[in-house]
Amino acid sequence: MLGFIVKRMIQSVIVMLTVALIAFALFRYVGDPINNMVGQDTTVEERDELRERLGLNDPFLVQFGRFAWASAKGEFGFSYQHRRPVRDLIAERLPATLELSMVSAVLALAVGIPMGVYTALRRDGFLSRAFMSLSLIGVSLPTFLIGILLILFFGVILRWLPTFGRGDVVDIGWWTTGFLTVSGLKAMIMPSITLALFQMTLIMRLVRAEMLEVLRTDFVKFARARGLPDRSVHFRHALKNTMVPVITITGLQLGSIIAFAIITESVFQWPGMGLMFIQAIGEVDIPIMAAYLVLIALFFVIINLVVDLLYLVVDPRLRVDRATANGQ
Amino acid sequence: MKFRNKLLAVAVAAGTALSLGMGAAQAKTFKYAFQGDLQTLDPHGLFETMTLGFQRNIYEGLVIRNDKMEMVGALAESWENTDPTTWRFHLRKGVKFHEGGTLGADDVEFSVKRLSTEGSDMKVVAALISDVKIIDDYTVDLITPSPNPILPLQLEIFYIMDKQWAEEHNSVEATNVKGGDEGNYANLHANGTGPFMVKERQSGVKTVLVRNPDYWGSMTSNLDEVIFTPIDQDATRVAALISGDVDMAYPIPVQDWGRLDDAEGVKPLAGPEARTIFLGFDQLRDELLASNVKGKNPFKDIRVRQAFAAAINLDAIKKKVMRGASVPTGLMVAPQINGFNGDLNEPYAYDPAKAKELLAEAGYPDGFEVTMDCPNNRYVNDERICQAVVGMLAKVGVKIDLLAQPKSKYFGKVLAQNGYDTSFFLLGWTPSTFDSQNPISALMACRGGEDDIGAFNLGGYCNPRINELAAAVQSETDQAKRQAMINEAFKIHKDEVGHLPLHQQPLSWGVSEKADIVQRPDNVFDLRYASIKD
Repeated sequence: MLGFIVKRMIQSVIVMLTVALIAFALFRYVGDPINNMVGQDTTVEERDELRERLGLNDPFLVQFGRFAWASAKGEFGFSYQHRRPVRDLIAERLPATLELSMVSAVLALAVGIPMGVYTALRRDGFLSRAFMSLSLIGVSLPTFLIGILLILFFGVILRWLPTFGRGDVVDIGWWTTGFLTVSGLKAMIMPSITLALFQMTLIMRLVRAEMLEVLRTDFVKFARARGLPDRSVHFRHALKNTMVPVITITGLQLGSIIAFAIITESVFQWPGMGLMFIQAIGEVDIPIMAAYLVLIALFFVIINLVVDLLYLVVDPRLRVDRATANGQ
Repeated sequence: MKFRNKLLAVAVAAGTALSLGMGAAQAKTFKYAFQGDLQTLDPHGLFETMTLGFQRNIYEGLVIRNDKMEMVGALAESWENTDPTTWRFHLRKGVKFHEGGTLGADDVEFSVKRLSTEGSDMKVVAALISDVKIIDDYTVDLITPSPNPILPLQLEIFYIMDKQWAEEHNSVEATNVKGGDEGNYANLHANGTGPFMVKERQSGVKTVLVRNPDYWGSMTSNLDEVIFTPIDQDATRVAALISGDVDMAYPIPVQDWGRLDDAEGVKPLAGPEARTIFLGFDQLRDELLASNVKGKNPFKDIRVRQAFAAAINLDAIKKKVMRGASVPTGLMVAPQINGFNGDLNEPYAYDPAKAKELLAEAGYPDGFEVTMDCPNNRYVNDERICQAVVGMLAKVGVKIDLLAQPKSKYFGKVLAQNGYDTSFFLLGWTPSTFDSQNPISALMACRGGEDDIGAFNLGGYCNPRINELAAAVQSETDQAKRQAMINEAFKIHKDEVGHLPLHQQPLSWGVSEKADIVQRPDNVFDLRYASIKD
């Protein structure tokens, strides 16, 4: 087990270095950061001097090496646009993104799984058909459109929910939370639904398909033959056996939720990392872009590792297989 | 609707009960949103309209423009020329910084020095002053390298910091983009003399200001607290305004004015901005970088430039692209700018037939091809203006290949650091000093000379007489003579079609009907003149 984790850690370092390298190769096509850092009256000489000072004239590999070395020490440099250490900025914005992502993930699971089970069990029910049709919307409508429509309906027409931002937040040490205030909770509703909708429908369709498959298998038939109650058959036997693919997808999707919160965050002006990244692209704030991309790569790597470990917990067969394969 | 009225009644009743219960007048909170954030609270960190415009609520300079854009004293009560290169400022007595320090001549001296520290983006202002002499605690002389009649005008955006405070917080140098380990204290904290104080600052998220109870001046504002939020997305910003989540938002897309008119309780607030949008041509290179004409540069021929001027229909751009909100112009400066001359402002006449004739005379009866550089997120409807220009030029046979890019890419391509890589471009300009000398020197003078001006003359238009005039205007103290020189420069530039001015773009703000605010032509929102009703 330990060897497995160590191996994955080494792989993840390589993944992150590759991401950083590709990111750096792309930055030169984003534009020139200098003009966003000075006013229109700043002279050409001063602009050149600033570029030199920031090391932007150095060869690509030198810049990349400097970044990789600094990040290895946990230093992500200094934001051009905020004039502050990127480390501090990420620490400030991380709670907003993680809270939003977690609420969305929980929402997607808590609604998606029961809906999937229900539509699998009552395949021809009216409600099932309604869920299936609705899920098409969730899969096909782009996130920003859903966000704008929600804002228009609940924010502008009904005026029930705030149109932007995170509401009032409470500081708990290095974490800020929106869970403890009314405005914070209200502000959470629309962005989390927007972000969760796609995953929710995906999970629902996945669970439905898997359930239908499992319900046809022999052991479910035997369970029924043993006279077990329906509830026990459906949830203890059938649902549990659909969980391996669901965990895989949910895990991967959790990474996507965090990464693609960019769009939701920018529609709702949610002050998380995604919004900061979008702003950084607009202003060519290279240190923030680089740090963000590497961090997201790290999230993906960690989530994948956790997913792999979860398999072992959920599916006892895998544990046995691995032990046998290693000759233990 | 009835349901909402009922809700409203309940809310009002609850609000009244609450305020009665507390037995105090309700604090007036004003919320507003802009498309971006100020980059820093450091008054010497970035020479940019939005950043300096926001800071002016917190910090103040020696002089200030009032709601009518007239120059009045702020931290200086009066000022005079004691000799041609010396401006003497008499400071206001008893002015306190937010944290209690008293304003004195040493603060002015310190702030001038801070302008030329490494991180400062205001070195161009620092260059206006060669020396500072403290006469007494409340009198200070600023020495200029040459006679400078408009120094006070140019110092409006030079804000004064508390020397002692800066020393205590290790911020004697301006916030450096490169940064140290923790960053500059003054980047996130402010201690000015202005009517509002910073209560909370989260860069990129939210900035909260509260009224300065000890403000030295009087102002019409009744605001106790101001919450500023940047909202990047146009649609979200407009929705926030209509829903009442903010009391004021800017800019509003021109095409959304109708929505604001239709919505209850909000209205668009429009006016001409002091920013002139214009086209320019590469007239310097012997062969254009991006054109099918080889071996010569068609834009060196004045007839080609005149043909372009005659081919472009400014009124059509105004009507179709700018929804009637732009002001077509013939000059490189707007009426609000010192030195503007209405007699010269007549745009070039629209005459496509003449344009074709001129092109034929110049040897291009079938036109030619050229690439046009255009930003797509910098000015109001910038890309759509360029598309309209492309269509109009196509009618006279000129085929334009339009390259519209985000501002970071666009400026990275066309500005000096990339060797002015453009053949035909669209640019906008607001003179930071609100004086004509600035565009004459930055946009119209020959670039690359020993006088080191003309850095934003992207097309390399050159008439040495304009460089002479730029220098002379800078130091001429007689207003009539100065105006005559400005007129001459504008006249030469116009006759030679150095650039092709299009219009002044509209300011586009949206505001709640409860709010009472003043719109400045430089797109600055001054909280001194903002009030809100219950």
